[in-house]
Amino acid sequence: MSILVNKDTKVIVQGFTGKEGTFHSEQCIAYGTNIVGGVTPGKGGQTHLDRPVFNTVKDAVDATGATVSMIFVPPAFVSDAVMEAADAGIELAVIITEGAPVKDMMYAKMYATKKGMKTIGPNCPGIITAEECKIGIMPGFIFKKGPVGLISKSGTLTYEASNQVVKEGLGITTAVGIGGDPIIGLSYKQLLPLFEADPETKAIVMIGEIGGTLEIEAAEFIKNNITKPVIAFIAGQTAPKGKRMGHAGAIISGGQGTAQEKMDALAAAGVYVVKSPADIGKTVSKALGK
Amino acid sequence: MNIHEYQAKEIFREYGVPVPRGGVAFTGPEAKKVAEELGGDLWVVKAQIHAGGRGKAGGVKLARSLDEVEKIAEELIGMTLVTHQTGPEGKKVEKVYIEEGADIQKEYYLGMVLDRTTEMPVMMASTEGGMEIEEVAAKNPEKIIKVAIDPTIGFQGFHGRKLAFGLGLSKDEIRPFIKFAEALYKVYMDKDANMIEINPLIKTGSGEFLALDAKMGFDDNALYRHQDILEMRDLSEEDPVEVEAAKYGLSYVNLDGNVGCMVNGAGLAMATMDIIKHEGGEPANFLDVGGGANPDTVAKGFELILQDENVRSIFVNIFGGIVRCDRIANGILQATQKVDVNVPVIVRLDGTNAEEAAEILKNANIKNIIPATDLADGAKKAVAAAKGEL
Repeated sequence: MSILVNKDTKVIVQGFTGKEGTFHSEQCIAYGTNIVGGVTPGKGGQTHLDRPVFNTVKDAVDATGATVSMIFVPPAFVSDAVMEAADAGIELAVIITEGAPVKDMMYAKMYATKKGMKTIGPNCPGIITAEECKIGIMPGFIFKKGPVGLISKSGTLTYEASNQVVKEGLGITTAVGIGGDPIIGLSYKQLLPLFEADPETKAIVMIGEIGGTLEIEAAEFIKNNITKPVIAFIAGQTAPKGKRMGHAGAIISGGQGTAQEKMDALAAAGVYVVKSPADIGKTVSKALGK
Repeated sequence: MNIHEYQAKEIFREYGVPVPRGGVAFTGPEAKKVAEELGGDLWVVKAQIHAGGRGKAGGVKLARSLDEVEKIAEELIGMTLVTHQTGPEGKKVEKVYIEEGADIQKEYYLGMVLDRTTEMPVMMASTEGGMEIEEVAAKNPEKIIKVAIDPTIGFQGFHGRKLAFGLGLSKDEIRPFIKFAEALYKVYMDKDANMIEINPLIKTGSGEFLALDAKMGFDDNALYRHQDILEMRDLSEEDPVEVEAAKYGLSYVNLDGNVGCMVNGAGLAMATMDIIKHEGGEPANFLDVGGGANPDTVAKGFELILQDENVRSIFVNIFGGIVRCDRIANGILQATQKVDVNVPVIVRLDGTNAEEAAEILKNANIKNIIPATDLADGAKKAVAAAKGEL
C-alpha cells in the first residue's frame, strides 16, 4: 500500500516533449512509472519516448485512461495547463514548474478544487511511492521501500530525510514534496490522514520551513486525528528576520511563522520535534521502538 | 520586488486611488522647484528608501517655506537612515519626495496582502492609522478588520461596507471610502502586487480619503508581464552581493557568523545554517546554489562567500540527486583552481555516486579540502575549523 499513487497509476505528462519534460519523463519511466503518454499542443499524433503525444489533455485521457498528470510547462502557461487537466477529469496534477505567478495559481487552484482535482506543488519535487511510481524530479534510488511516510516543503531536504531513514534500515512508503510557494496544493493537513489510513505506513516524517501557518494547522490536526508517531523538523531556526517592507505579511499570519512557534505547536501536539537536521533518521528509529 | 513611495503613488494616480500632489527630487534646488510648482505654504519632505519607520527615524519632515524645503532636502539626501526595517547598517537616501501638506482630520490604516489560509487576497483596515500596525495586531487584534476577497467575484460593495462600518465611518464617508478601496483592489490584482500598505490613510477636513503613504511589493514570478514595474526597480536599494548572486542563479544572504555555507536547495541551506548553530558555530551566510551546482556556479559561490572577511571556514553541503556527486566533486576542484580559497573547505557530498566523489576529493590531495561523511560530521568539522581547532 501507499498513498495517492502506485505502480498501476496511469500518468500523462504535460510539457512532455520539452527539455525538462523529456529528461524527467525518461527518468520516471526508468524508475517504473506507468507513463502512458504526454500532451504538447501541436504535436498530437507524434510519438515521444515510445509513448503517444496528444494535443489536449482531454484527448490523452480519452485515449489512455490516465488519472494523474505531471506538469512541466513554463511558468507563464502553468495555470492554463492545470485548469485544462482539471477540465479533462484528471484526479491529481503534480505541478513541478518553478516560478508560477501567485495570482495564476490562485485561480488555478480554485478551479481545480471546483472540479474535484487534487494538486501537488507548484515548485516541488513531486511524489514518489518507493520502488513503484515516481512522478517528479527526485532521485529515485534514495527512496527504498519501508514503513515511513514523508511530507516536505523542501526538495533536497526531502532527499536528506529519506536518506537518513534508509540508512537506519527503514524506508519510505510514499514521499510527497508539497512545495513552499504561497499557494500550494495538498498540504500536511490533507496528507496526514492518508498516511494515517495507510496500513503500511507506521510513522510519518514532516519537514517544514519558516513562514506561513501550515505546520501550526498540521499540529492542531495531529493532536486530534493522528495516532501514528510523527517526527518533525522545521528548517530556518536560525534564519534572521528579513529586512521587510511593510508589515502586512506579518499581520495576516497573526505572528505565526517562526521556527520556534512551529516547533512548540508540534511538540505540544505530541510530535517528536527534531532540533538538528542530522537527527531525523535516528528519531524515526526511536519512535518506532527500534 | 519593492518600489518607492513616489512610484507607488504614480501607480495609485493611474488607477484613481487619491493621493496628495507631489514630486520627486534628487537635489535641494530640485526639491525647492517641485515645492514651488506645487504651491501652498506647507510641504512634506520624505526620504525615499525601501523601508518603513521613516517618520520615527527622522526621514519625514514638514517645511513651511521654500527655503526650508531646500534645506531639509539637502540634509536628507546622502544621509543614511536607520529604521527598524533597515537593519543596523541603515539605507542611504538618494532622493526625496515633496508633497503638499494635507489637512488631516483622522488617520486610518489600509493594507492588502495574500492570505495563505483562505488563498485569497485580503484587505485589512484599522482605525489605528499612523501606529505601528504590528503592535496593533499583537495587542488589539480586534481593531483590525479583515475581508478576504474572492477574485472570481472581485471587489463587491459588501466588502467595502464591512470595512467601512468596521471603521465606524459615517454615512457620508462610506461611499468615498468604498470607491477608494475598490480602486486599491484593482491596483493589487492588475499589477500582481503581493503587498500594499497605506499607513496612514487619511480623511481630510473636506471628507476626502487620501493615501498619505504608500508601500508596494510585487510577486517576482509575475514581473515578466509588467515591464512598467520592472523599470521601477532601484538596484541601489538592494544588497549588491545578493544582486550579483542572482545574476548567476544563486540565492545569497549575508549573515553575521564566520562559517560560510554552500548548499543546494533552500530548505537544506536553512537546515545547514541550523546545524552549524546547533554545533556551536555561527553561519556567515545563506547560499543556495540551486539544482545545477556546476563548476561555474560553485566557483561563483566561493567568490561570494570569500567577499565576507569574517569567513574562517566553508561548509559545502550538497545532496546530489539528478546531478551526480562525482561531477560536483570535479566542479569543486575546478572552482578551487579559479578562485583562491584560503580557508578550510569542509565538503559533504551525499546522494548519487557519493563514494566516487569522495575518492576524487581524496586523490586530489588539496590540503584545504576536508571531506565529511555526513551532515553532522560536516557541521562539526566546519565549526571546529572556524575556531581554528581542526
